Amino acid sequence: MSLSGKPGAFKAELNLRPRYIDPDRCTACGLCTTYCPKHLVDTYNEGLSVTRPIHIDYPQAVPATYYIDPATCLSLLHDTCQICVPVCRSNAIDFTQKSKKRTLEVGAVILSPGFGRVPDEALTQYNYGNHPDIVTSIEFERLLNPSGPFEGEVRCLSDRRHPRKIAFIQCVGSRDLGCDNGYCSSVCCMYAIKEAMVAKEHDPDCEITIYYMDMRTQGKDFDAARVRAEEHYGIKFVRAKVADVMPWGKNLKLTYSTLSGEHHFEAYDMVVLSVGLDAPASAKQLAEITGIELNKYDFCKTTTFDPLASSQKGIFVAGAFQGPKDIPESVTQSSAAAGIASSLIKAQRGKGVVVKSYPVEKEMAADEEPRIGVFVCHCGINIGGVVDVPRVDKYIEGMEGVVFHAESLYSCSQDAQEVIKNKIKEHNLNRVVIAACSPRTHEPLFQETLKDAGLNRSLFEMVNIRDQCSWVHANEPAEATRKSMDLIRMGIAKARHIQPLQEQTVPVTRKALVIGGGVAGMIAALNLAEQGYHASLVEKTDSLGGHLKNQRYTLNGDKTADYLKKIVDQVTKHKLIDVSLSSSIVAVNGFVGNFSSVIQSTGKGKSAVEQTIDHGIIVVATGGQDHAPETVLGQALPKSPLIITQTDLEIRLDGKTKNRAPKAVVMIQCAGSRGDDLAYCSKTCCTQAVKNALKIKEIDPESQVIVLYRDLRTYGYAEDSYREAREKGVIFIPYSMDDKPVFKATAKKVEISFNDPILQEKVTMEPELMVLSVGIVPQDTEELSKILKIPVNADRFYLEAHVKLRPVEMPVAGVFLCGLAHSPKPLEEIIVQAQAAAAKAAIPLVRGEVNVEPIVSHVDQETCIGCSLCTSLCPYQAIQMVKVDNKRKAETIMASCKACGICAAHCPTFAISMGGFTNEQITSQIEAFGQAGEE
Amino acid sequence: MASAKQTKSGTVMVVGGGVAGVQAALDLTELGYYVYLVEKSPAIGGAMAQLDKTFPTNDCSL
Repeated sequence: MSLSGKPGAFKAELNLRPRYIDPDRCTACGLCTTYCPKHLVDTYNEGLSVTRPIHIDYPQAVPATYYIDPATCLSLLHDTCQICVPVCRSNAIDFTQKSKKRTLEVGAVILSPGFGRVPDEALTQYNYGNHPDIVTSIEFERLLNPSGPFEGEVRCLSDRRHPRKIAFIQCVGSRDLGCDNGYCSSVCCMYAIKEAMVAKEHDPDCEITIYYMDMRTQGKDFDAARVRAEEHYGIKFVRAKVADVMPWGKNLKLTYSTLSGEHHFEAYDMVVLSVGLDAPASAKQLAEITGIELNKYDFCKTTTFDPLASSQKGIFVAGAFQGPKDIPESVTQSSAAAGIASSLIKAQRGKGVVVKSYPVEKEMAADEEPRIGVFVCHCGINIGGVVDVPRVDKYIEGMEGVVFHAESLYSCSQDAQEVIKNKIKEHNLNRVVIAACSPRTHEPLFQETLKDAGLNRSLFEMVNIRDQCSWVHANEPAEATRKSMDLIRMGIAKARHIQPLQEQTVPVTRKALVIGGGVAGMIAALNLAEQGYHASLVEKTDSLGGHLKNQRYTLNGDKTADYLKKIVDQVTKHKLIDVSLSSSIVAVNGFVGNFSSVIQSTGKGKSAVEQTIDHGIIVVATGGQDHAPETVLGQALPKSPLIITQTDLEIRLDGKTKNRAPKAVVMIQCAGSRGDDLAYCSKTCCTQAVKNALKIKEIDPESQVIVLYRDLRTYGYAEDSYREAREKGVIFIPYSMDDKPVFKATAKKVEISFNDPILQEKVTMEPELMVLSVGIVPQDTEELSKILKIPVNADRFYLEAHVKLRPVEMPVAGVFLCGLAHSPKPLEEIIVQAQAAAAKAAIPLVRGEVNVEPIVSHVDQETCIGCSLCTSLCPYQAIQMVKVDNKRKAETIMASCKACGICAAHCPTFAISMGGFTNEQITSQIEAFGQAGEE
Repeated sequence: MASAKQTKSGTVMVVGGGVAGVQAALDLTELGYYVYLVEKSPAIGGAMAQLDKTFPTNDCSL
């Protein structure tokens, strides 16, 4: 690969390696693999099983095309064998394929090469490689997996026994200067807990212990899962450093030392090494090709204020290559990178896109007689090897409405698609039934075929005789054949009643409303404006900046005030952004693409003014603030000027006074969090404490700084600062919930007693200051959650649509979320999340219309009794009550409907039907089931 | 990979087809750009395709 050019006009040269299989012909039937005589270690299963040189990594792989490993294939190595060629019934194997060069002209580049493996020495220090039952966490992941080496049974690799005792060792290849990985990988604590819980589900009697230094479950709702692991699943958490793992008879002997320096050992059947994320193996090569700079750990170098920009303009980064991170953060970064790349080349928008055109749809009269065509698929031997397809095909003959039927070897193959199109025209078909695999994977393909043939895509019914028949009844061919007949008879019965459904679109007002003028709201508004869309930014207080106004500097020493001033300037000067200060949203009407909101503004001494604006989308960025705890470590908090918050300390340290650094200070982490007033971890406080501790040491190296903590959660690169703080003499002392620090304070004196686990004695101190890490609470979310009908979680933060895969979207279509209103997080993550929310919000604005799936619900208002049960049950706020002739009636908001069918299932008068799943259609299907026809 | 109309613009190259690359590619197409998704292995999905369930909800990963 090579890359040249500049932003807007890059030129990339690629080398495309051959698969030796034609993807248009391969049907992923798997026959070739069963005949291939050569073995190959299965890398998808981490080498725990074998596969063949001609194979697919896993059945759900995309593209669903097999490939040949050139390093082991006998034909490619020695020009022999080729057994697979005649075996393949669709003639997909092509040994003549060669590498191809390809040149691409692109406007921007996004690098997302992922992460690499930690160095071997990180593993061998625990004897990995010297005993089969010492495994990595990725190997363990495969052991747990139903598609893994033992089909989901956890077994020791040594003798296939079920392990009774399993130990996890954390921080393998992370927080370890021995292998040059000083950072925390930020994911291992979570996946170790997950793997332990899943292993417990497999075998509840299995004993599992996790050995850790700090349990870093700082993400949203992560601590709750950790508590569940301990209390509900009985997983043991031991804070200790593992010294070594040695083979010990059939077992493994694990030696560990606790904080107090005592050594213990314990026997295990299996030891899992929780390996960290390293920079991708290709990092240096990528840097050479693209000219981007790497950081000292070989991840992409970026900055706090512009987290996804590489050092080369027009080249962006997303995912683990930006720094170790989990799935939701990777997905968030990807959306954000897409958005900023889009802003950069917005003049080119739409120019590279190929729009497919279809023939005009055939008109169909409502009473037109059904002319049904049925195709029964063999799917190679997948169906045909079990089900007697010719007999099934013969069975269809003469069924009501059927004018054509045929067998098909692979109905999804390109040539079969042509056959279907021709038969539609030849026999003037107006319904098509395909009995094959699952609609989940293939319905869109066949619907496309119908559209190509000029038929409405809803005139299609799919019958699943593979996944739900030939596969599950592989050993009962006669019954499977009968079941296929039943299923097809039912499908045809339904097909007689299906009607064309029109695809509808709803126009979009190409404007945005952003609620909240903190850094999240401002970045979202700026990004939307950069993409070319007008944004109304509404801020409750009389100035922009939100929570960031309280910050002074970042962990790297960058001044946050300068950054804030810069973006406030950009926002206020941008022609496409309207700022309303001292304003709030009092009403929101409408739905995605067509919102209308009332903004109420109050000026000093003036009466409130209301204005109504129209907009297509909403970004919620209402922010958060420091928590003001009432109880700390279970004690009521005394009032004293000597007890301050980390934010107070930060402001003081940023000042000019000579004695701004206290001579002696005790910081208390989780003050009010993780069990006191707040149940959750605020993610930012540990890093803030380390930041302020370092600042104190910078001002006065003689200062005594003690940090009392539960788990020090300086994840990612902040771990470097934690190490630096320890090196500079900051003392970190963990406390446990059984033995919490105790404090007393008056206006002149503060006294703290705590247990020092290293000295193993009580220590009492009278520091100059006691500093509380108080955590972050959301700004009021209650009112807006009612107005927008969006959910909040138990901690009063807004709840996104899907924690992993839709992290910045709300369940209500057209509403997006970012910043502290989502959960506590540091500045860099807020910026990325705001960029991501803006990118997602821009999608309907770019398209200018919202597509409505034709399968949405429909209310028959004649039958509707206006009980509004459907309105209260709809999870997407997609049904509203309207007045028709002065009577209350339900009405579907089609643009918001997701066609889940909850409303139709609950309607007491059957007034609601689902497009493509009407009562008539389903009833006729059920009736057909009871009418087994003669063969 | 289908070929784009031979204009020299309106396209973005995404290098790496794990969950991050796939998400970036999907969002870019929705934002009106043609995307070249470049992946070194024979399938997209990256490391996430090796996982069974995901933390903390234990949702299926595939």
